[in-house]
Amino acid sequence: MTRKQRRLVLIGVSLGVLGLAAALVLSALRESIVFFNSPTDVAEKNLAPGTRIRLGGLVKDGSLVRGDNLLIRFKVTDGNKDVAVTYQGIVPDLFREGQGVVAEGRIEPDGTFRADSVLAKHDENYMPREVADALKKQGRWQEGSGKSGAPK
Amino acid sequence: MIPELGHYALVLALVLALIQSTAPVIGARTRDAALMNVAGSTALAQFGFVAIAFGALTACYVTSDFSVANVFENSHSQMPLVYKFTSVWGNHEGSMLLWVLILAFFGALVALFGNNLPATLKANVLAVQSWIATAFYLFILFTSNPFLRLPDAPFEGRDLNPILQDIGLAVHPPMLYLGYVGFSIAFSFAIAALIEGRIDAAWARWVRPWTLLAWMCLTLGIAMGSYWAYYELGWGGWWFWDPVENASLMPWLAGTALLHSAVVMEKRNALKVWTLLLAILAFSLSLIGTFLVRSGVLTSVHTFASDPTRGVFILMILVLFIGGGLALYAWRAPLLKQGGLFAPISREGALVFNNLFLTTACATVFIGTLYPLALEALTDEKISVGAPFFNLTFGPLFLPLLVAMPFGPLLAWKRGDILGVAQRLIAACALAAVGIAIVFIAVGEGSVLAPFGIGLALFVIAGALTDLSERTGMFRLPFATVRQRASGLPRSAWGTAVAHFGLGVTLLGVVCESNWNEERIVALKPTQTVSIRGYDLGFDGVIPRQGPNFREQIARFTVKRNGEMIGVMEPSKRTFPSRSTSTTEAALLTRGASQIYLSLGDSNADGSIAVRLYHKPLVLLIWLGAVVMVLGGALSLSDRRLRVGAPKPAAKFAAQPAE
Repeated sequence: MTRKQRRLVLIGVSLGVLGLAAALVLSALRESIVFFNSPTDVAEKNLAPGTRIRLGGLVKDGSLVRGDNLLIRFKVTDGNKDVAVTYQGIVPDLFREGQGVVAEGRIEPDGTFRADSVLAKHDENYMPREVADALKKQGRWQEGSGKSGAPK
Repeated sequence: MIPELGHYALVLALVLALIQSTAPVIGARTRDAALMNVAGSTALAQFGFVAIAFGALTACYVTSDFSVANVFENSHSQMPLVYKFTSVWGNHEGSMLLWVLILAFFGALVALFGNNLPATLKANVLAVQSWIATAFYLFILFTSNPFLRLPDAPFEGRDLNPILQDIGLAVHPPMLYLGYVGFSIAFSFAIAALIEGRIDAAWARWVRPWTLLAWMCLTLGIAMGSYWAYYELGWGGWWFWDPVENASLMPWLAGTALLHSAVVMEKRNALKVWTLLLAILAFSLSLIGTFLVRSGVLTSVHTFASDPTRGVFILMILVLFIGGGLALYAWRAPLLKQGGLFAPISREGALVFNNLFLTTACATVFIGTLYPLALEALTDEKISVGAPFFNLTFGPLFLPLLVAMPFGPLLAWKRGDILGVAQRLIAACALAAVGIAIVFIAVGEGSVLAPFGIGLALFVIAGALTDLSERTGMFRLPFATVRQRASGLPRSAWGTAVAHFGLGVTLLGVVCESNWNEERIVALKPTQTVSIRGYDLGFDGVIPRQGPNFREQIARFTVKRNGEMIGVMEPSKRTFPSRSTSTTEAALLTRGASQIYLSLGDSNADGSIAVRLYHKPLVLLIWLGAVVMVLGGALSLSDRRLRVGAPKPAAKFAAQPAE
């Protein structure tokens, strides 16, 4: 093979692999990304039941009910709208009423949200950023209210 | 006094870095030996002063000097001593100080052990190293000064984030940073080569040990981080495709590609321009990783505090070094002489294949990590890209690599014989086929992919062994000859085989854990028992205990198998009053390479407690494999040919006999 042919082979193979990667990325992006929504978004967007989303907001005070078999029910609020959530399993250490939460799952036909994973904050000082932004949109966020008096 | 001393030492380090950024470059241009030699002394002195600064901050932590804002925010007088040491870098400012400490450390290493480098190259490398250092000293001094005082010293500190109060913090960040920052040497060598406009096989020989060292540290750092997340976060996962994890995986992928392409450059004087690009990319990705983690654009356990000015500053450093590096590359690379010629089916071809897939896989991780940020910036729409995306993109791109891996080392340089190699791999293929058959029969139902995953892992492992047995003539030649050939085999050949073997081991662990992981989530009352895969865990009750800076509720479980007691597991919930927060400490019981994993959930009103129980078959192989890979790297690093500062081997060994 001449130098030219070898270079053509190399370029051809590289383009092939890149094309394959691009195809994989595009199809995966279509299928596997999950949009973040606040309770207001859920109400406004009229999402079809079964859509996989991330729901973020605060766990509404007084809404947390523990059932049998580790079933819990609570409401996620952004101060404007609430969404009822059911979840079966163990919630994170920092999951509490009045605190920020992000739940991932699907909307059921009856309008409730069935979560298959629940994330809380990693640290008591910080609100999940998506939640903070969602609350800001509703005007329910005061600068610094996510921090417990840090002198920073 | 001590914090001011540390602050002052850091300023002096900056001044030295400024000198080192300029004088050696001028020296290299004017061939002035005195100016070039400045670099060596300033590099050592810089390291000395940063070490003083780091020591000063450590002293503040150990003595719990809460008049220093950084110590007040991240320490507590009752914290165990080891965490007082580790909390030095368990916060933004301190971790950046660790970053520059390691950067200066590598600079000092080049100054000490780079005696066999050409004088101009050494001077330029140290100067480029110092450009990076200057940027980060400025960053620390202007936006993240760890030595700031509080006007009124508080009586007690606010304690370290409890998740970080773990021995993992002692190992994971320093190792990861050694890896990230280690790639700065490869970057500096690449930039120096571009400045000089000259690059040859010797360049690759000088760069490879540094890259190898950085790669080993990064591998260990990632593995340690993964194991830490596994036992600390309490849900038994070991890799989440979290952006912060991806930030460390990307430099690893680029660094792995660099290691392999540097071999081609060293042995065959080919792929020179590409190797330079990889050296620039590996460090650029390390910088992007630092930016993602430190700027606060991502919220995660790694984001200690977010402050927009910091993000902008790091972004400027990014633009300067990545943009500058790539621009210099675009300008100067065409001047470099093209290298040797090789057939597509050859060792070089296999290494190009490796590079192609590694970099493409790296690119998909890059897209998956940054796409949500870009989308949010452009459309305000928030999305999360999680494991499904990476399984669909990274997985298929990594698969061909694993299939091809056993072939590579068996192919000859220049022109290889793929059929011959396939013949030599028949034993490995047979082993894989047997493995697939056994798993199919034993498991019966379940994922079809699982048996093939096991088969692939066995193929990779057996392929690495085939490589060794072919080189030593095992099973073909008399024992004495085999021994002789084994001891004559270059260490780098052993290193390759061991590292590839390690990847196979990791793969085996990954396949087993993800396919046959068993999970139970139950609410238990004392004296009740829960069983998983033949293990019976009897819940004895809850015992309270007082720790140094926390209270703890320990649930005691007795583990029995066939009625015989084999151990006690004590998962717990810790409450940290100083931060009014709590953590879950999982309990692990290791059986061979498999583990039983137990963590606690909430207590219920009826006296029961929620527990999460896993049986994770062969899960330890995931991290053991990484350790084996690092051992392979260490073997390769000890190769005479690559030893930093080693004299050139005598001419008669120049021809590589066994390859």
